Amino acid sequence: MTLPSLLIQLLNGLTDASSLFLVSAGLSLIFGVTRIVNFAHGSLYMLGLYMAYSLIQLLGRTPLSFWAGVILAAIAVGVVGVVIEMLVLRRIYRAPELFQLLATFAIVLIVKDTTLYIWGSEDLVGPRAPGLTMAFDILGKRLPAYDLLLIVVGPVVLGLVWLLLTHTRWGALVRAATQDREMVGALGVDQAKLFTSVFFVGAALAGLGGALQIPREPANLDLDLSVIADAFVVTVVGGLGSLPGALLAAILIGVAKSLCIGIGTTSILGFEIDFSRLVLVVEFVIMGVVLVLRPYGLLGKPPAVVRAAGSAPPPLTPPRWPTALAWIALLVIAPMISDDYIAALLIDIACFALFAVSLHFIMGPAGMISFGHAAYFGLGAYAGAVLLKRAGLPMEVSFLLAPFIAAAFAVLYGWFCVRLSGVYLAMLTLAFAQITWSIVFQWDSLTSGSNGMVGIWPAAWLSTKSAYYYMTMVCCGLGIAFLWRVLFSPFGFTLRAGRDSPLRAEAIGIDVRGFQWMAFVLAGAMAGLAGVTLAFSKGSISPSAASISQSTDGLVMVLLGGVETLTGPVVGAGLFTWLRDGLARETDYWRAVFGLIILLIVVLFPQGLVGGLKVLLGRWRESRA
Amino acid sequence: MNAPALQVPTLQTPVLQVDGLHKAFGGVQAVEDVSFAISAGELLAMIGPNGAGKSTCFNMLNGQLAPDSGLMRLEGRDVVGLSPRAIWRLGVGRTFQITATFASLSVRENVQMALYSHAGKLRGLLARFGTALKEEADALLAQVGMLDQAERPCGVLAYGDLKRVELAMALANSPRLLLMDEPTAGMAPKERVALMDLAARLARAQKIAVLFTEHDMDVVFGKADRIIVLDRGRLIAGGRPEEVRNNADVRAVYLGGVH
Repeated sequence: MTLPSLLIQLLNGLTDASSLFLVSAGLSLIFGVTRIVNFAHGSLYMLGLYMAYSLIQLLGRTPLSFWAGVILAAIAVGVVGVVIEMLVLRRIYRAPELFQLLATFAIVLIVKDTTLYIWGSEDLVGPRAPGLTMAFDILGKRLPAYDLLLIVVGPVVLGLVWLLLTHTRWGALVRAATQDREMVGALGVDQAKLFTSVFFVGAALAGLGGALQIPREPANLDLDLSVIADAFVVTVVGGLGSLPGALLAAILIGVAKSLCIGIGTTSILGFEIDFSRLVLVVEFVIMGVVLVLRPYGLLGKPPAVVRAAGSAPPPLTPPRWPTALAWIALLVIAPMISDDYIAALLIDIACFALFAVSLHFIMGPAGMISFGHAAYFGLGAYAGAVLLKRAGLPMEVSFLLAPFIAAAFAVLYGWFCVRLSGVYLAMLTLAFAQITWSIVFQWDSLTSGSNGMVGIWPAAWLSTKSAYYYMTMVCCGLGIAFLWRVLFSPFGFTLRAGRDSPLRAEAIGIDVRGFQWMAFVLAGAMAGLAGVTLAFSKGSISPSAASISQSTDGLVMVLLGGVETLTGPVVGAGLFTWLRDGLARETDYWRAVFGLIILLIVVLFPQGLVGGLKVLLGRWRESRA
Repeated sequence: MNAPALQVPTLQTPVLQVDGLHKAFGGVQAVEDVSFAISAGELLAMIGPNGAGKSTCFNMLNGQLAPDSGLMRLEGRDVVGLSPRAIWRLGVGRTFQITATFASLSVRENVQMALYSHAGKLRGLLARFGTALKEEADALLAQVGMLDQAERPCGVLAYGDLKRVELAMALANSPRLLLMDEPTAGMAPKERVALMDLAARLARAQKIAVLFTEHDMDVVFGKADRIIVLDRGRLIAGGRPEEVRNNADVRAVYLGGVH
């Protein structure tokens, strides 16, 4: 690689860093003040791009109208942020943080479908910036003037936000609230107004980040999740709540990515390494390394004061035998009295139920939120497929080995993850899942890459629909029963003890991290079992099994049913799968409908469906007594 | 500057022997040349104004902080550099200034957790938790007067009751040494005396050495067998309550005035 091309790649990296910084700065600001991890921040970026596209078309192609379009797009996105805050988030500031997460995820779904409705599914290529279409000659390479301008935008916006934070009363309140939200409230500051204004600024920054990309990047509907993943990484690497940290991290990641593209295939120590393939992974590798070395990010501090959110989770109650037996009986006769469609749907539900229960196992009792549980689901599915098709093993052997391979990865990933807690832990799980996804996505010779693998059919004796149905019920049923049993074992109680009070647990000789690690591995194995069971029922597998949206599906299932109940995840998985299936056949906009349902549930039943029903039942009993 | 450390004489072989303990944070000497010992069945109070180094001393004793230098011997065994878990296994029980219990578990399950851990039974995956060691847990709860609330989750208990549950958990590994960090903080005056009476009774009956810090001087002078006084990291006095009460240095530290 020559010096000029290295320089160009460096400058390219800095250009990318600017937009990344703008989104991350908004995310960080909102998290700092409201403690909400805004999953919808990538959606706001996406909206910024689409709005800039339309506004510039509307206003005409003069330099003035271009920049007016960009600024107006940012303001419009800020207003969308205000609407979101006032309509939804304001109602749930007191809800558990996981519910806030679920709500912002519902907003992702709604924004996606609204965008689809307004702008359609085609990628929209925006205009180049009038007056900035020339390019500079740098050591014989050409660099567009617009890119150079973008490089400056990041630091300039950082400076402006910095001035706003340090030289205005609003800024002082934001900084105070970031340190201690309750205290600011206790001093008589109108929190509602403060939060709304922070949302406006945070959303406008994301919108600006998107709008500025209009000459460089086509507006498309996949941006929401890919940008939020990038922004999560940047905020965590920089340190949650640190704006200079976000800029530093954005530059580090932007440059690392473009260097990977620039270096291309190089031989190191005799090995041919294609660096351009690392692009999808490199940021997550950086994040993993940073989090292990500096658990609070490059410039972050340990989390601010968070007071205990009231009551502790209620004790879990084991399922009752009569109810369990009734369900088993129902599932046994289901395929005899219904059509193939119902049986196929029940197979899906069973696999997702096991997936959700395994996620609940680490989220609820062990207190570790995972944004990347699909890694183990996907690994199980791919392990089964690869062993069958590439290693030529019999289906039964491939099937049985798959959960162990998923568990082996959980051993590796879990070792890093249990060293962190809270949001940082969640982000690291996301990082590992994303690494897994991009390896699966790119390793053509092993996994067939983005095409996925086909022809993964069960052995002859399982090939009828009803045989596979019963095998699924047995495998998933045993998996769920096993995890539930473990929750009431000494091991499960130890996990709950470690979640309730790590300090006390250590003081009575409990190795909390060791138990969490083991829980991670058990959950990984069971998610792998769910993945391989589903793969053999479909006969095919694609990288989406390990994707972010698969992980968030799992989160939604668990939260929908209620994280504080035992049966919640099963109910959530059933409802989710059934609703998605049903809605997808009724309307193209099933995501938005689904998002609205989630929002309704979040606002009405903050303990999840099963938890909420229990509360209602309790009130009804009390009123009769 | 370096006056010889004040030695506190004891008659029996000590359960805990601390010698020349030092700890500095940056340039600040938090604990400087502190030495003392506690015998079985004895209640030793560690007092001193805020910032005197009490918490630092406690955190070194329970393994959360490593001393810069000095000796800590538990029944003759060197415990410097051991983790909190290892120190617990050697027979040291703890209660915290702000109670730390498992809120989603019942009172009995909390104590059983400590008993299971002591018995090395935590790793079972399929057994039902809570079936074993029930009588032992109830015996401990009876000792602290919490048996009637054994089924209630810890998350709903009154603060004074939580302190009792903590004490029962701290006793679960039949400790030789009990470390109580401000055991009566946040309690009503009547409850304070009752809790320390209980601790004193248990210490005498089971020959446990008890080291506690405390701000309530009625509790300190009423219940402790001996008192040691820290000021700015150094041990400035030690002895029986009446000796300490009349010590001029102690009066100066607490009441102000010339040293």
